[in-house]
Amino acid sequence: MIYADNAATTKMSGASINAMLRCMEKNWGNPSSLYGLGQRAKEALESAREQIAVCIGASSREITFTSGGSEADNQAIRSAALLGARKGKRHIISTAFEHHAVLHTLKKLEAEGFQVELLPVGALGSVTARQVEEAIREDTALVSIMYANNEIGSVLPISEIGAVCRERGVLFHTDAVQAAGHLPIDVGAQNIDMLSLSAHKFHGPKGIGALYARRGIPLANLIEGGAQERGRRAGTENVPAIAGMAAALENACAHMEENAAKVAVLRDLLIAGLSRIPHSALNGDPINRLPGSVSFCFEGIEGESLLLLLDDRGICASSGSACTSGSLDPSHVLLAIGRPHEVAHGSLRLSLCEDNTEADVDAILKAVPEVVGYLRNISPLWKDKVSGKKEFIL
Amino acid sequence: MALYSETVMDHFRNPRNVGVIEDADGVGEVGNAVCGDIMKIYLKIEGGIVSDVKFETFGCGSAIASSSMATELIKGKPLEQVLRLTNKAVAEALDGLPAHKLHCSVLAEEAIRAAVKDYYDRQGIAYDPKEFPACDSCEGCQIS
Repeated sequence: MIYADNAATTKMSGASINAMLRCMEKNWGNPSSLYGLGQRAKEALESAREQIAVCIGASSREITFTSGGSEADNQAIRSAALLGARKGKRHIISTAFEHHAVLHTLKKLEAEGFQVELLPVGALGSVTARQVEEAIREDTALVSIMYANNEIGSVLPISEIGAVCRERGVLFHTDAVQAAGHLPIDVGAQNIDMLSLSAHKFHGPKGIGALYARRGIPLANLIEGGAQERGRRAGTENVPAIAGMAAALENACAHMEENAAKVAVLRDLLIAGLSRIPHSALNGDPINRLPGSVSFCFEGIEGESLLLLLDDRGICASSGSACTSGSLDPSHVLLAIGRPHEVAHGSLRLSLCEDNTEADVDAILKAVPEVVGYLRNISPLWKDKVSGKKEFIL
Repeated sequence: MALYSETVMDHFRNPRNVGVIEDADGVGEVGNAVCGDIMKIYLKIEGGIVSDVKFETFGCGSAIASSSMATELIKGKPLEQVLRLTNKAVAEALDGLPAHKLHCSVLAEEAIRAAVKDYYDRQGIAYDPKEFPACDSCEGCQIS
């Protein structure tokens, strides 16, 4: 099997599994308990918090554990909105291609009286600091812009955006779910006020994430209950998952440079190979790009059939077609970069990690053109384009 | 549990009757690229019977499987029987489709009806237009 869907989830690293096992065997107490067993769990919890903080240039008190990236996004945005509303600020800036955890939260806030401005992301899928600067108003409560896009791999100019927000005194949140462990993060130098993390995107366990919030930013509770996480997130901490997350992030950050260099080579081979398929196009920024992310649209075919046939050949990938999203519309990200519905249906995302090899790339580059060719051959839409009855878009 | 039944996967992987009939007696095409499915059915009619049928489909796994199964169900059948083919029959023959994929079987039924209508039109055979409603009922077509 060739796993090329690391943007969906990753295989847990050995370091992460070992950390979890150790914790489950030895430190299985409740960190809120007074006796030694509980206190050892508390120590494991706090040392994991410290490890994660170090990886992103934060201090441990600024890290709150959540159930994952979505909860972290929800909590960051809700907290900033509440804070803004108290000062009469009800304007929020974000982008059109954020993750649904951000967009759906913003939609709810809109219904609650906030004004949400989604910046257009252009054909390459990015925004500039200047766009952000021009959108900031007196009543802007928050700027929430992702570090890297999960579907098309664009890496956004987060440091520049952070600098603009700091200068204008506006809170800046970034969803760094796809970036953490793959790109350097330094919340201080990058002027990031809040940042969302998800463990399973960097070879950690599922169901655990974290929210960084700069000291002094009060977080609003999404879950009421006990005083865990210093009153910011109730519920007994998932200590083994937290330990697994810390080990995974530490491991990913320790090898970030070598992994990124290796994976980028494979990525570029894939991009070069797939570009040879006629009437295809790379999605996302070709230069400022996640090391492992490859996203293409192939005209005249539909993504789900492509995925099923690749699965038959042992290749795990994903698509932004409507049929794979379970809705009638294709991916909002592909629509946001201006791909027409028809073209967006024929999308393929391959996301690599350091476990992938050149042999994987060769196999993918053999399979994808064959499958695309086969599907085009049975596609009346493709035939109409070839015969000139309909125009090619790509 | 897999998304699709084994029968769907079989018809998707090894579609029956895929291709073109150059001298078809009736051709029907339904769906649109915006929705992500287009089905085209070619019919050869001899003595009121479907003597040959081929299809081309742009769409997801269930769209391709539905086209394949629908063509199998009408091959060798008299036209009156072909017109009685329902999307339900196509979906049942495939051992079921996920709820959000049922429209693929609707598309297969409509493509076949469109091909029969084309045959009637070409032959000057009279029919009740109500039997061939325009393809506008599909929720997928409501994308703005």
